Amino acid sequence: MVGKVDAAKGGAKSLQSPASNQATSKPDLSSMSTAFSFKNLKLKTKQQELLIRVSILGLVYILAFITRLFSVLRYESMIHEFDPYFNYRTTLYLTEKGFYEFWNWFDSESWYPLGRIIGGTLYPGLMVTAAIIYWTLKFLRFAVHIREVCVLTAPFFASNTTIVAYFFGKELWDSGAGLVAAALIAICPGYISRSVAGSYDNEGVAIFALLLTFYLFVKAVNTGSLAWSLASAFGYFYMVSAWGGYVFIINLIPLYVLVLLITGRYSMRLYVAYNCMYIVGMLLAMQIRFVGFQHVQSGEHMAAMGVFFLIQVFYFLVYVKHMLNDKKLFQALLRIGVTSAVGVAAIALGVGTASGYISPWTGRFYSLLDPTYAKDHIPIIASVSEHQPTAWSSFMFDFHILLFLFPAGLYFCFKRLSDATIFIVMYGLTSMYFAGVMVRLILVATPAVCLISAIAVSATIKNLTQAIRGKNTQTMSSKGTNSSKGLSKQQASLDQTIPYLKNGATALLLGAFYLLSRYAIHCTWVTSEAYSSPSIVLAARGAHGQRIIFDDYREAYFWLRQNTPSDAKIMSWWDYGYQITAMGNRTVIVDNNTWNNTHIATVGRAMSSYEDEAYEIMRSLDVDYVLVVFGGVTGYSSDDINKFLWMVRIGGGVFPVIKEPDYLVNGEYRVDKGAAPKMLNCLMYKLCYYRFGELTTEYGKPPGYDRARGVEIGNKDVKLEYLEEAFTTSNWIVRIYKVKPPSNRW
Amino acid sequence: MGRFRFDLLLLLLAVHWGPALSDLVISKLDRRIDLTSQIVRMTISLKVENKGPDPVSKVSLTFPEHQANNLALLVAVSTEGKGKTRGPTTNLPIKINQPDDSPPSLIWYAAILPKELVKGESLTIDVLAVFTHTLRAFPEKITQSEPQLFLFQESAHFPSPYKVKSQSMTVKIPSENIESYTKLENTKFSNSEIKYGPYENLPPFSYSPVIIHFPSNKPFAVAQELIREIEISHWGNVQVTEHYTVIHGGAKSTGEFSRLDFQTRPHVRGASAFRNLLAMLPPRAHSIYYRDAIGNISTSNIYGDSSKTLLEIEPRYPMFGGWKTSFTIGYGLPLQDFLFQSEGTRFLNITFGSPMNDILVENLTVKVVLPEGSKDISVSVPFPVKQSQETKFSHLDIAGRPTIVVEKINVVPEHNQYFQVHYKFSNISLLTEPLMLIFGFFSLFVACIIYMHADFTISKSSASYLAKLQWDEVLGTIQLLQDIINRCLLVHDKLEASLRDLSRTGDVQACKAVRKAADNLLKDLSKESKPLLSLLQSSPQAAHIFPKVEELVVKERDLQEKIMLKHTMVVDSYEKKSGGRDIENRVASIQQKITVLKQEVDDLVEFVEDI
Repeated sequence: MVGKVDAAKGGAKSLQSPASNQATSKPDLSSMSTAFSFKNLKLKTKQQELLIRVSILGLVYILAFITRLFSVLRYESMIHEFDPYFNYRTTLYLTEKGFYEFWNWFDSESWYPLGRIIGGTLYPGLMVTAAIIYWTLKFLRFAVHIREVCVLTAPFFASNTTIVAYFFGKELWDSGAGLVAAALIAICPGYISRSVAGSYDNEGVAIFALLLTFYLFVKAVNTGSLAWSLASAFGYFYMVSAWGGYVFIINLIPLYVLVLLITGRYSMRLYVAYNCMYIVGMLLAMQIRFVGFQHVQSGEHMAAMGVFFLIQVFYFLVYVKHMLNDKKLFQALLRIGVTSAVGVAAIALGVGTASGYISPWTGRFYSLLDPTYAKDHIPIIASVSEHQPTAWSSFMFDFHILLFLFPAGLYFCFKRLSDATIFIVMYGLTSMYFAGVMVRLILVATPAVCLISAIAVSATIKNLTQAIRGKNTQTMSSKGTNSSKGLSKQQASLDQTIPYLKNGATALLLGAFYLLSRYAIHCTWVTSEAYSSPSIVLAARGAHGQRIIFDDYREAYFWLRQNTPSDAKIMSWWDYGYQITAMGNRTVIVDNNTWNNTHIATVGRAMSSYEDEAYEIMRSLDVDYVLVVFGGVTGYSSDDINKFLWMVRIGGGVFPVIKEPDYLVNGEYRVDKGAAPKMLNCLMYKLCYYRFGELTTEYGKPPGYDRARGVEIGNKDVKLEYLEEAFTTSNWIVRIYKVKPPSNRW
Repeated sequence: MGRFRFDLLLLLLAVHWGPALSDLVISKLDRRIDLTSQIVRMTISLKVENKGPDPVSKVSLTFPEHQANNLALLVAVSTEGKGKTRGPTTNLPIKINQPDDSPPSLIWYAAILPKELVKGESLTIDVLAVFTHTLRAFPEKITQSEPQLFLFQESAHFPSPYKVKSQSMTVKIPSENIESYTKLENTKFSNSEIKYGPYENLPPFSYSPVIIHFPSNKPFAVAQELIREIEISHWGNVQVTEHYTVIHGGAKSTGEFSRLDFQTRPHVRGASAFRNLLAMLPPRAHSIYYRDAIGNISTSNIYGDSSKTLLEIEPRYPMFGGWKTSFTIGYGLPLQDFLFQSEGTRFLNITFGSPMNDILVENLTVKVVLPEGSKDISVSVPFPVKQSQETKFSHLDIAGRPTIVVEKINVVPEHNQYFQVHYKFSNISLLTEPLMLIFGFFSLFVACIIYMHADFTISKSSASYLAKLQWDEVLGTIQLLQDIINRCLLVHDKLEASLRDLSRTGDVQACKAVRKAADNLLKDLSKESKPLLSLLQSSPQAAHIFPKVEELVVKERDLQEKIMLKHTMVVDSYEKKSGGRDIENRVASIQQKITVLKQEVDDLVEFVEDI
């Protein structure tokens, strides 16, 4: 509808300027005869446009897929990072044992001795998706390995996201904006960072689900159709099954509805869309075991419920207004109605919270609203690097020119305000805020930023090309037709009204293309250099420019898998838990699920105690092996010594015997001779630096020179009493120690 | 150890009751035992003489049970003549031939002679016996820096059921160092070889235990399990995939593993470990990969020449005693090197065992995956194996690929011989899979076409459906109208062109002819457009666009008139022979209108196209 109006306007506009487009219908003399045949063969403009649109979309689809394959080309077809290993392991389990076994899986290999109910504590969307793809391929007789399916799931869904982005952009603005949005999101680093091949994580499918839900909801609001809102409910269900980030949807949509209500944009369409989406979506979401009754009980979901009741009140009021036909009476009723509604809601909320029926907000939710909350209260959330507040540089890194196009797009959205553009504006602004709070939430903001920027790009380029085309045809026409001198004079006078319009527009257009091509170059560079590393295999450049691979993690995990008893329990910092269970196939004490803070704190306490105290703790946890990550030989900086303060903090948060100042000297964290005595003798220090003092790491430096921290270590004579070195990888990155059995008493 | 001794005792007892078998006498018996690798190879060359009256057709070889259990291979070759006059060698078939009265601790093998040995004749037989698991690590557990020591037990006298006139035994050990060895009479140790004998005139079943304790740091790579999968593709590739589970079979490692020690002095602190394995692949092997359950292993090298491809692989970690690893290597081979045709059948001719050097395979499974649709499958392996068949499903398979499974235990490099799989396969079946793919895509497109053309509406009488139908009709009508207008515009162009021709050639008649044709055509077109317009007018769906369409038609007619007018004027003036400038002046006002109208028509056409 909107598009048509615009086209009519455009048509009217160009009607005023005489003799545009004449060149197309009237070429010069020499090409007259050829023009005839060409014109007969030519596709109609509409068909041409469709063809171009579909082929651009197809190319974007392919581009989105192949740009994510850098990691496979640079390294290999493998699962990346930490969480994806858990997802891979569960997917493997699902495909081998079937859905019911998976749903009821009690995993005794993690969180020893507590175990973990996997089926009830994960979002199964990703695994089920991969398994369905795998089963489908198998049914079609393609003998692929489940690993390949898992590796390529994220790129595949990224490609699908571009299609959704196209339709969303079309719904918001026009098909041009849709195309630009698809192209932008296909290569936007903010999204690529979580969806390269091998990054088999929830976010890979969740962003697709998120955008799909939003698109379908906006479509439902625009059409008021039950079918679309039902579709959006299913999109929401998929999102809930895939990622905990669904909370963003279930808060953003009510907020949006609220804004529409406040701005007086309430309509029957909105009523249908929201009610259907909320009710069906809620019922579906409750089917996911991990969510269950939280959806109607926990504080995070209350906004949606409140808005649901509010919109009923609104509907009732509108009905009453319609029936009453008396303004004064209605005003009074409105006042009473609103007050009582708010009152009832407040009382319900208060009673619910007080009686414990409505659970309060979780720490993670608080830390989103208040960026400083986690640092003070939940060190385990604050310790994760991707939960840190975002630096400006990473905004620039992940968005590049989109960062400047975003406000421009907002301007265009405000200029042509509709239900749809209000939605994207709200999505953009809220997600931008969250992106500022946590680095990893840049991901959520990316689709909004791409869409809004696409509106800016599309609208700008459209205006510019219109300006240029108008001018072009004028000059062409004055040249082409030989008998219209009077007219060209008239045009000349028109030219003077907007001087240099054509030149300016051309320059701006060139500038826009330059910026966009810079964007493409930047994205490709970032993808290939920064986001395609599996982080489990490290690569460096040697002295002669050759590539050196550090495959120490897998070396260690495979050693564990092959050369330890199958029931061995491995203690390590929680970061490596998923990898040890997935690749090493051994039981771990804690892993990346971090559901039990006390358990993690116990491990932190063991790591930061003296060896004899730690031995007691390890005995009580049945630990057979201890695994530490150490970068002192290779200069690998994200090792356990650098993470150690977090272990101290998390351990100290539960066990007050561990005090952070004991490990610091004048508030400074150091490992050299000036380090705190407790630091020099704690278990982590000993395990990392055992026999390191005898090793010369760098030419011209004393033995025991730690390359990651650039200091000579303070305690070179590390003796272990209760543990013995079981394995150290070739670059010393992973060191595994065996816990000795207690010595004979007799 | 205890059990071993007990066996010896039994053996010694057996000696006394051992039956005098026949009148064969071994005049000379030389044994060489090679201990340089984990696989013990014993070569026995014996000269047999028939002293009795009866012709003899077989020669018995006896091994104590503990050896026989680990016997991986036993081959006997007979040679006639001696020295320069040595005749051709013949392989002797060997079978187990246990006499009823023999004690169970002695296993008898009989080599069947090619022709009976009559009285007084003699024959030279060369026997190769390959034993696995006969070296015993002692001490059983060592630390990282200790050398690996092994015990080897053997009898200095070959326990032959025949009288032996003269025999000797030479044992070769890997290095010149030796821990200890049993010293009997006539024992000599020099140059990493221990020589026992010669001993003259020994009775049957004589026994004299010898123990050798020596260091060895040769790789003790034992593949506990090896699954070789050979998949034939008639598109030109033989894909070999080998799954290994390898253990270091030597002395178990105990205590700390220190990377520092291993790094600084690998040959002292870690001498017993092996770091790499060498596989000798056939020439022209391609697409070689080396990976394990958790991904690619980056430490491998390939050296190739025309006769072989050497693949050097390094496990993820150095292999110490008792450490295990598992990995997979895979490679493709050109089909024409391994697949041949004879008498209507095809046969695959490929080596049986592992391409690794000096690896002992405890359980070998060779699977040959034949293409789907292969028939009449038979296997010929030069030694006894266990055979079965299964089906494997791979890309685009419907019935599955017939797979031959051949299993064998205790496989040593000597087993690396060619074996053949014969089968029948028609070339037409080769096209099944591409055709399936083509058909799949074809049906996909057909489905799309059907979807686009079929009407899947549930309720054919609903208002929206009817509206949609009407709208389609309107669109169709507009399309037709558009065509007509475009044709009109073409006619206008033709008229203009004729005017230009006129100005160039001055041929008034031609111009008039064009005009006439155009008139007719335009009349027809306007006739055609009338019913369409009335249809649009009557349709409620077209209400909002009808004004525009109507305007377009009106404007177009206006334009038409103007162009006609211009045409007439120009032609008239040409007939009156007016000057070019004069004509131009006269036409100018009309031309201006035409230009404006054209612009308007173009805009309207564009708008209508956008509907």
